Amino acid sequence: MTLQLAVTFSQLSLSHYLVMSSVLFVIGLVGFLTRRNLIVMFLCTELMFQAAAIAFVAFGRYWYDFTGQVFVIFILTVAAAEAALALALVVLLYRRRSTLNADEWMELSE
Amino acid sequence: MTGTTIAIRIAESIPAVPAVPMADVVEATSHWWAGFILWCPLISLVLCGLCAAFRVKSKLPAWITVLSLACSFTFTVILGNLEDVPERINLFEWIAVFWSDGSFVANFALYIDSLTILWMSFVTGLGTLIALYASEYMEPDLGKGYARFFAGVSVFLFAMGCLVMGDNLLMLYLGWEGVGFASYWLIGYYYRRPEAVAAAKKAFIVNRIGDLGLALAIYLIWATFGTIQYNELMTLLDEGTYATVYEHWSVEAIPYLLMLAAFGKSAQLPLYIWLPDAMEGPTPVSALIHAATMVTAGIYLIARMYPFFLLEPTSLHVVAWVGGLTALLAATIGMAQYDIKRIFAYSTVSQLGFMFLGLGVLTTYGASYHVFTHAFFKAVLFLTAGAVMHGFAGQLDLRKLSGLRRMKGWRIVAWTMFVGCICLAGFPFTSGYFSKDAILAEAFVTQGPGFEILGWIAIFTAFLTAYYTFRVWCRVCAGPVHFEPGDELHDDDHHDDGHDEGHGFHPHAPRFAINFVLVVIAAGALLASVPYFMTNEVSDIKGGWIADMVNDSTAASGIPGHAEHPGTIAHDHSGDHGHHHGSILGMDPHVAMYYISGVVGGVGLFLAFWLHLWRRQDADRLRSWLLARAWIRWLPVAMENKWYVDEVYHALVRAPLWLLGHIFHGFDRYIIDGLLVDGTARLPRLVAKWFQPLQNGMLQSYAITMAGGAALIALLMILMMQFFEGGGVQ
Repeated sequence: MTLQLAVTFSQLSLSHYLVMSSVLFVIGLVGFLTRRNLIVMFLCTELMFQAAAIAFVAFGRYWYDFTGQVFVIFILTVAAAEAALALALVVLLYRRRSTLNADEWMELSE
Repeated sequence: MTGTTIAIRIAESIPAVPAVPMADVVEATSHWWAGFILWCPLISLVLCGLCAAFRVKSKLPAWITVLSLACSFTFTVILGNLEDVPERINLFEWIAVFWSDGSFVANFALYIDSLTILWMSFVTGLGTLIALYASEYMEPDLGKGYARFFAGVSVFLFAMGCLVMGDNLLMLYLGWEGVGFASYWLIGYYYRRPEAVAAAKKAFIVNRIGDLGLALAIYLIWATFGTIQYNELMTLLDEGTYATVYEHWSVEAIPYLLMLAAFGKSAQLPLYIWLPDAMEGPTPVSALIHAATMVTAGIYLIARMYPFFLLEPTSLHVVAWVGGLTALLAATIGMAQYDIKRIFAYSTVSQLGFMFLGLGVLTTYGASYHVFTHAFFKAVLFLTAGAVMHGFAGQLDLRKLSGLRRMKGWRIVAWTMFVGCICLAGFPFTSGYFSKDAILAEAFVTQGPGFEILGWIAIFTAFLTAYYTFRVWCRVCAGPVHFEPGDELHDDDHHDDGHDEGHGFHPHAPRFAINFVLVVIAAGALLASVPYFMTNEVSDIKGGWIADMVNDSTAASGIPGHAEHPGTIAHDHSGDHGHHHGSILGMDPHVAMYYISGVVGGVGLFLAFWLHLWRRQDADRLRSWLLARAWIRWLPVAMENKWYVDEVYHALVRAPLWLLGHIFHGFDRYIIDGLLVDGTARLPRLVAKWFQPLQNGMLQSYAITMAGGAALIALLMILMMQFFEGGGVQ
């Protein structure tokens, strides 16, 4: 079973990973577009980040090149910093209006 | 050395004298003090300016001006008694440019001949007296415009000095513009009144037309003769050397351009319209600038440049006709006006017309003599009008004033006005009688196109002059005592008995300064006939001291008995040329004119006394009779409306310019600004309007746009990769 599974995994090609990455990205995108909660929207962007990261790792493995993995390290770092910043912003916004609804901030328009 | 090389050097190092120096012009370096005739008013200007800056509340500016002008007058008299030959006094180097085959020299130098002395004597003399008069007249403005007024008078005297005493045409031009500026300054003295501002602008703009003529004439003279200094020019003309540089069109054009300048400054027919409006200025200014001195600058210009006019005889015919017609036109307008100052203004235009007539019929002597006598009697007339205006709170309507000579304190005004009036009317044995007759008789003597008709026009004008002059005097000074005050009540009243506004009005009679000046100038007006009886130094000529003065100047060819005349113009006094000598009623014109002029003046005077003193109701009856007849009604109406000349100018000059201005304004506003400038600016805004809805503030709509955009780009890339097969990822 374990072996079977291992064989199955060994037969995974690049396209599997890319499909996985695409699905993850689309889930994140749809989530971002449909939900109004700021935290959920933020988490959706994280999903899209991870989708990109998977694609990088997959390509890196495919070409036997470490650049893809290095990029992922960078992405994780940036995502961590960005998460701290974004959550802080969300907290500030919540303090202003006592809500997390994105529709509450529409003043920046023509 | 080529002609294009221009070397500027100091004049002493180079012989600046012309090829043949004018023999009788003396370089009088020892008379440097004559410069103080000019510097005194300049110093006074600076001091008056300081008075204005430090807000001096006393009469200090007036005393400074009177003193400095008196100094100028003294220097003029001393200079006049020293030498009677022409002399040059170099004050300082101004412009001196030399190059290989020419030069342009205009030094700040004085050219003193007897014409200069004649002019400067009444300019500075009357200037002093009128400044003294103004010290009292301008009292209501003490501490406000007082210093500004006297600064303007000083500027005027300086500029007039440059104009008259300058040694070259550039100095004359400096003075010419200077007096124009001073005139603008002083007409617009009451700058809060829109009429005064409009009058000042009108005077300045109309004068600019004449100034253009003068500038062109100076350029043309320099281009033709290579110099603009009087002594060199006169030498060239005397010797006929100009023939070598003769370009006939330029020599023919010069007199006409000079004439244009003279007509502008001296208020002749096409350009006279500014002078009557200039009466908006304070009355001493009207007396000094717009009656006695500045307006005679045109006469001076033509008298000074007389040899140029003799080269082109037709120009003198034009001068004569313009002068004669102006005299008539202005006299008819003056007859029908009610404002005393305006009547005197039109009489000034009319008398200036007489002077031009004199110049045109070859009597610079008559013109100069009339300038001299006119300066006195017109000054006294304006000053009396000013005294009336001052005392009756700005009242100048002759229908609302009467019986001045019977009122306490007004006797001097009434009788000095009488003196001015008999001189202006040309009553026998007054100064105006002799000076006007010198001109009128010459119109019959000199041969020219229609000069005899012109002479009769002038005689008729003399009759009108006598009538309208005494119309003023009979209305204002004689008759029953009656007056209505004007509307300019002085709030700072220097009366102890105090008058309430309106009903308890007390006219304040003039005090010492005004009365003194009036008496002195009136005495001068009477005594101005004395020079006529003086014996002449040169035995051939007659006409007394004035004739002597003119005979020693560049205007000498217009003297009775003077021998040198160009052959083209018949002008015969000596009798040995055998020309036809004109005659009136079988008598010599000079003799006949004494009778004709006396009779004409007497009739005008009688008519004025009848209609405006003895039976005043007849004047009204005559007026209503005229107005009731359709065939004659236009005459008094047109005269009262100044022949609609202002309206004609409005229609011919102002309205087209106004229309053109509006067309240009519209073009600028709608085509340049609207289409080009604003149109270009509107383009980006239009483009922006299409994309504007995208920025709606909704976070997710941005995300959709972004995702859609990314998808679009991806799609495009894929399509392109398929299009260029071989490129892209395998």
